[in-house]
Amino acid sequence: MVKSTKRKIEDLIIAMICFLFIILCLLPVVNILARSLSSTQALINNRVSIIPVDFTLESYHYVLKDVAFVRSLWWTAVLTLICTLVSLAMTILCSYPLIFDSLKGRKFLNGMMLLTMYFSAGTIPNYLLMKDLDLINKPLVLIIPNCLSIFNMIILRSFLYGIPDSLRESAQLDGAGPVAILRKIYLPLSKPVLATLALFYAVGRWNGFSDALMYLPDAKYAPIQLKLYQVINNLSAIETAQQEGFSAPMASEGLKAASVMFATIPIVIIYPFLQKHFISGVTLGAIKE
Amino acid sequence: MKQKSATRKTALYFKKTWSLYLMMSLPVAFALVFRYLPMTNIAMAFKEYNMFKGVWASPWSDPVFKWFEKAFTTKDFWDALRNTLMLNSLDLAFGFPIPVFLAILLNELAFKRYKKVTQTIVYLPHFLSWIIISGIAKQLLAPRSGIVNVLLNSVGAKPIDFLTNPTLYIGTYIAFGLWKEMGWNTIIYLAAITGINPELYEAAEVDGASRWKKIWHITLPGIRSTIVVLLIMNLGRILGSEFDRPYSMANSLVMSVADVLSTYVYRVGIRGFQFSLTAAVGLFQSVICVIFLFSANAIAKKFGERGIW
Repeated sequence: MVKSTKRKIEDLIIAMICFLFIILCLLPVVNILARSLSSTQALINNRVSIIPVDFTLESYHYVLKDVAFVRSLWWTAVLTLICTLVSLAMTILCSYPLIFDSLKGRKFLNGMMLLTMYFSAGTIPNYLLMKDLDLINKPLVLIIPNCLSIFNMIILRSFLYGIPDSLRESAQLDGAGPVAILRKIYLPLSKPVLATLALFYAVGRWNGFSDALMYLPDAKYAPIQLKLYQVINNLSAIETAQQEGFSAPMASEGLKAASVMFATIPIVIIYPFLQKHFISGVTLGAIKE
Repeated sequence: MKQKSATRKTALYFKKTWSLYLMMSLPVAFALVFRYLPMTNIAMAFKEYNMFKGVWASPWSDPVFKWFEKAFTTKDFWDALRNTLMLNSLDLAFGFPIPVFLAILLNELAFKRYKKVTQTIVYLPHFLSWIIISGIAKQLLAPRSGIVNVLLNSVGAKPIDFLTNPTLYIGTYIAFGLWKEMGWNTIIYLAAITGINPELYEAAEVDGASRWKKIWHITLPGIRSTIVVLLIMNLGRILGSEFDRPYSMANSLVMSVADVLSTYVYRVGIRGFQFSLTAAVGLFQSVICVIFLFSANAIAKKFGERGIW
């Protein structure tokens, strides 16, 4: 069918509105990127919009001089890796047994897990638990208390449920136990979902803030978001270091922009990999028993 | 004899499934310790909690609802409650229709590659933390040097300090929430649109229906149930509160409109050591939230929709 002129014009208008949304989403990030790459002088004179003015890596250089900030970046990277692996293992351990219809107590276990999505003890009772378990100021407090997301468990469970039972049954006839079936059949088949979940967990940990704020009053194990919060709100030693170093009043703006970029770039790097899968992940999560 | 075979059957069953129970034991232990055990601490909302005695040895408060009564007579609590309701309602008013609009727009987009690029870009802000976004917001809106004020200045307007004026703070808070989630929230609508029978569109095409007519009579009715369920569920969450967002966006000058229940509990409880009082506030919030959520689900089902569980 030949498209009428009216349709073509409509198509163009729609494309233009979408372009506005693109600009809206990108502009803030591009502006910060430009600021982080501009010279102090250009920032003072308000000359920076979306293109770096007097391109320089000065701000990044200064951020990298802040030992505590760099240490926090590394620590958060390591932490993210550990958390992702632990959480992934926990998610598999929780969702795989729940797909066996014949498992006695399956309904109860399933309900027990799902219930935690709707009822939570609350901030203060949780805080006291961490105190009682002596986890305050321990790095473990960033790993264990949130090492299983029921939402992600549901995504994986729905996926595993979709794998035909016949595969499992024929393996059972060959004498394979549940663990062998998991290893030989289910895990290889669910690689794409596991990749998505790994990235969900990784992003969650990298972006995690409130647990560190509440449970880690000592700065020693502060993850990057906590560090960044301090930089943005002038609570950090980075300010004093910078005041000793050079005295331009606006310098901290470039420095803050560069600090924001340090926390953003890892997300932007893994985003393309994440993007391939998450839509199927989100829609799988809508199925809840 | 019969009993023996039953025992044998049980033994055989466990021989086959013990590894599954072993696997499950770790997540179950996790849920018991980190999700169910802290629920026992809720008792402190009814006690004179003493840090050295612990929750159990602390005496019951007299009257039992002492901390609730105390909270209900505190101005800060009512402010936090009001702000929670206000910010969530505004979020819903703006954050709900825009993703529907954007999803339909994306669906109508004729250029497939361009559609993919647009989706990729509008989903991105969802993955940035609120700390990052608050950093971006503070830079964009800085009174002298932020790009927004530089633009305002170039058209002759006076600089505006968006983050320290209470009314403008509310606007900024809502706007950045929209910025972060509007693209992401289209996913579920786009999935619903994909589920619409394409024959409906073909038939409409044959009848010469305009694009607008097709949206109005096919697309919108096709995603109606999704819209209803999400709307009701969002209404059910109207008293819930995020923490990172209000905590990172707020500053001392706008506390009168920025403090919500979650930040109030943190500030007064963990920072101010008033554990019993804030545990009571937290419990009050959870109970109302659960009631709202269950009612919302029941209403959704009454409308003939699937609900969330």
